Amino acid sequence: MGAGHHHQLYRPGVTLVHRLPPECKLPAVAAFAVVVVATPREVFWAFGVYVLLLAAVAAVARVPAAFVLRRMVIEVPFVLFAVALPIIGLGARFEVLGLSLSAEGLWAAWNILAKATLGVVASILLAATTEPRMMLLGAQRLRLPQLLVQIAMFMLRYMDVILDEMRRMRVARESRGFAARDVRHLPVLAKSAGALFIRSYERGERVHLAMLSRGYTGSMPVVHEGGASVASWATAALLPAAALATAALSWSLS
Amino acid sequence: MTPSPPSLRVSELAYAYPDGTQALFGVDLTIGSGERVALLGPNGAGKTTLVMHLNGILTAGHGLVEVAGLPVRKDTLKEIRRRVGLVFQDPDDQLFMPTVREDVAFGPANLGMRGPELERRVRDALEQVGLPEVIDRPPHHLSFGQRRRVAVATVLAMRPEILVLDEPSSNLDPASRRELAEVLRSLDVTVLMVTHDLPYAMELCERSLILSGGVIAADGPTREILADPALLAAHRLELPYGFAVAERPH
Repeated sequence: MGAGHHHQLYRPGVTLVHRLPPECKLPAVAAFAVVVVATPREVFWAFGVYVLLLAAVAAVARVPAAFVLRRMVIEVPFVLFAVALPIIGLGARFEVLGLSLSAEGLWAAWNILAKATLGVVASILLAATTEPRMMLLGAQRLRLPQLLVQIAMFMLRYMDVILDEMRRMRVARESRGFAARDVRHLPVLAKSAGALFIRSYERGERVHLAMLSRGYTGSMPVVHEGGASVASWATAALLPAAALATAALSWSLS
Repeated sequence: MTPSPPSLRVSELAYAYPDGTQALFGVDLTIGSGERVALLGPNGAGKTTLVMHLNGILTAGHGLVEVAGLPVRKDTLKEIRRRVGLVFQDPDDQLFMPTVREDVAFGPANLGMRGPELERRVRDALEQVGLPEVIDRPPHHLSFGQRRRVAVATVLAMRPEILVLDEPSSNLDPASRRELAEVLRSLDVTVLMVTHDLPYAMELCERSLILSGGVIAADGPTREILADPALLAAHRLELPYGFAVAERPH
């Protein structure tokens, strides 16, 4: 059985951050991201404070910097986009090492990079300290639409099953001498993808039957009632509150 | 005679799929409380179609299905689904929740159970299949044999009147096969086992039915049915190479 790739985001632990209920952590991270985005891009020191805040969370959660850095690779496509901005940007231009850069583009690139990076790091910390299924439980307790939570739940459960099926199909292809080398092989891969889709669809139907057989009527029974303590909420609120104070200061100074 | 109604009574059940394919042509069978019965039949005999009728996933085109005296109808579905515990062939279809605990709790929670009572149900059911230690594991981290047994626990948690197993021995290694047999033997519940694994039927069930061509073609002691090669051959069933049923038990 293949171990799921999606578990690699989670880093087991028993720290304060790990133990906070998911329904407190999710909104805390979202609020932090909103505050970061609302901070004027010219106020460099505020972003420095945000970095320190996240570093503090990471320290409490005992998440090493290398762990976070490795997972930041996901941001690369956005970085590429941001790098292009100073070159194609409009407005006043100046020369650096023979390269003509746009001042406005440079600001835009900094704005995107800084804010996106902070958001990504905050999400990585959330994922590192919250098991995927707890994340869904949090979403459920926050009254996110049932249907979306259920879809995400099934995705989490069946990702390994489907990846496994995909692996078996690849092995079956290769056992009969097929290896995808160039475009001409695409039709074969496309047919495999189609077959995988149909198999998954049929599995979905069988799962639905199994659910009906055990009394499913359209909504998941909520077994663990919410009920995060005020202290948990207060602890989780520390991060966005500190960020908000920083942002408020930056607004009043700018 | 027992005063309680039979666990399962099917009479004159006929069914055609929406595309017109007739799968069942009038099935009659009765299973008494506490019996363990094997439903044998070749592929395409209508076994799965019959099973789908037992808890009302398919509704009878003609005829009647009764579970412990209660007819399967739209308004009785909820109670019927509690009484009939269906264990599907692929445990990955049956175990759809993130952890074993949540999965076993799914059925009883749908019946409105909560709190310590629910927790007890879950623990009892896992105890019955001999896997109390996997309660917090995600299903995809269990071995195939364990998943099959947890699938049995998910329906035991609903305290069913009758347990219906679809090909319970398929894909199991010999040890898992024996472990599952021990679990099934230890249960105090009526069992209907759909299979073409004849030695397994012999091991677990006193009585067997042959479903063939959409009707019950034979009904009798498993030993007698398996000792009749002509009957088996007529319905595309045969004992594995090297197996034979002794004339008299032990």
